[in-house]
Amino acid sequence: MRKTITLEVNGASETEEVEVGMTLLRFLRDRLDLTGTKEGCNEGECGSCMVLLDGRPVNSCLVLAVEAGGGKVTTIEGLSKDGALHPIQEAFLAHASIQCGFCTPGMVVTAVALLRQNPDPSEEEIRSALAGNLCRCTGYRQIVDAVRGAAAAMRAKAAAPLAVSA
Amino acid sequence: MISSFTYARPKTLQEAVELLAKPGARAHAGGTDLLGCLRDEVFSAEKVVSLSGLSELKTIVPSPLGLHVGALTTLAQVASYKPISGMYRALAEGAAAAASPQLRNQGTLGGNLCQRPRCWYFRGEFSCLRKGGETCYAYDGENQYHSLFGPGPCFIVHPSDTASPLVALEAKFRIAGPAGTRTVDAEAFFVLPDAEVQKENVLKAGEILTEVFLPAQAGLLSTYRKVRSRGAWDFALAGAAVALVVAGGKVAKARVVLSGVAPVPWRAKKAEEALTGKALDPAVIRAAAEAATAGAQPMSGNAYKVDLLRGAVEEALRAIA
Ligand SMILES: Cc1cc2nc3c(=O)[nH]c(=O)nc-3n(C[C@H](O)[C@H](O)[C@H](O)COP(=O)(O)OP(=O)(O)OC[C@H]3O[C@@H](n4cnc5c(N)ncnc54)[C@H](O)[C@@H]3O)c2cc1C
Ligand code: SF4
Ligand code: FES
Ligand code: FES
Repeated sequence: MRKTITLEVNGASETEEVEVGMTLLRFLRDRLDLTGTKEGCNEGECGSCMVLLDGRPVNSCLVLAVEAGGGKVTTIEGLSKDGALHPIQEAFLAHASIQCGFCTPGMVVTAVALLRQNPDPSEEEIRSALAGNLCRCTGYRQIVDAVRGAAAAMRAKAAAPLAVSA
Repeated sequence: MISSFTYARPKTLQEAVELLAKPGARAHAGGTDLLGCLRDEVFSAEKVVSLSGLSELKTIVPSPLGLHVGALTTLAQVASYKPISGMYRALAEGAAAAASPQLRNQGTLGGNLCQRPRCWYFRGEFSCLRKGGETCYAYDGENQYHSLFGPGPCFIVHPSDTASPLVALEAKFRIAGPAGTRTVDAEAFFVLPDAEVQKENVLKAGEILTEVFLPAQAGLLSTYRKVRSRGAWDFALAGAAVALVVAGGKVAKARVVLSGVAPVPWRAKKAEEALTGKALDPAVIRAAAEAATAGAQPMSGNAYKVDLLRGAVEEALRAIA
């Protein structure tokens, strides 16, 4: 059975006919060529498929595309603006938080949601927000440091609105 | 792609009940357990009936008598809703301890209570008793995550971290079905495998869990403790929900309900007896924690759980004292 869905992905409206059993993950990767969102376990265990659905991070491998119809999706591709990386992406580079990189899009997407909600999280709050994102390479230290660093940079930027808008 | 099914997203509960009464229909709340089961062919679905359009099941409504929590409320909402963290704290803690933060954004309270067990034979390619086969593979096999209590012939543990808190809090479950609505005690919602080996609860075809009601009780204190093998998400190896009504420094009423150790949320009645009428001092707490393990029947691989259980009950009681 197929169904036509309309949803907003990274700010653009998309209308597609999909098989009702298709997951949001496959939809993003196979239909929209947004391959930054990764397929790891397909079971909700690794977090590499993380996207924001109406602002909340969800495991897109366990969401049907038809269920996301009418919603707003943000993927890793939607975070940079005019070629400039998101401050969290910058921080991942600066803190060498990436080895193989497979977990990185999911980590960054989860961190975006965290910092929107809590601009100054403690180490413990960062670790618990990232509990659903596995990394086999880094040992997490650099990832936590990157999120803290990004939070500080984003707060500093927010505290100096005149300099930015001038 | 998950094997093919048809899909409907009804706008009314009545319509959802009608669709679900048809053979081969399966309810979809957040989908986080359903999609995994369909993909792994634990069971199949001819039609998936999404409940996500039923906004009336997504509300939490306080009343003087208690709190009405819609079955489609997400676990994240349950964990963070302030009035739940008061006397119903065990539920907030159970919801917060379930799965990962992202799964809690998508997974619902009703789905958490109706999720299928995690026994690896059941989830794998084994046609065991619970899938309609002839044997329990865990009994003589790898059973380190299986039950300590229960009559057999299947030895799953109920996977939900909200179920034991709700039994401890004497919640009532409201169910809508083809024959109308009915209400059952949380404790009576879950069924043991000697009664029904292929189901974990009393829901019949077409029935939907619509609401969990938490009755207010003066002097009620509650908490939930869960032991798992890592700091991040994982299912309970053992856990305990405790709800006490304390009056004049003494325990007037006690419920101690274990998780991760039985096919249903398991009431430790000996522990409840050891607490009732007593002040919560260290000796009473220790005796109750010991009593909670009475009757445990470890299998070849899970005797370690007895100690975890004793510790979980002791910690929960200490947190309340
Ligand atoms: C990696 C991982 C780790 C997890 N860890 C934990 C854990 O530690 N503790 C824990 O408690 N849970 C854990 N879970 C389970 C998770 O909490 C559940 O998947 C989730 O709560 C299910 O909610 P849902 O709304 O997505 O349900 P769905 O997947 O939509 O439904 C689950 C089942 O219940 C039925 N159903 C759903 N809602 C209703 C209703 N209202 N009436 C009747 N039937 C209904 C469906 O037909 C389906 O069979 C984990 C899951 C994953 C994937
Ligand atoms: S414990 Fe139950 S679900 Fe697991 S193999 Fe035995 S019968 Fe099947
Ligand atoms: S691919 Fe979705 S959680 Fe692993
Ligand atoms: S960098 Fe390889 S999984 Fe995280």
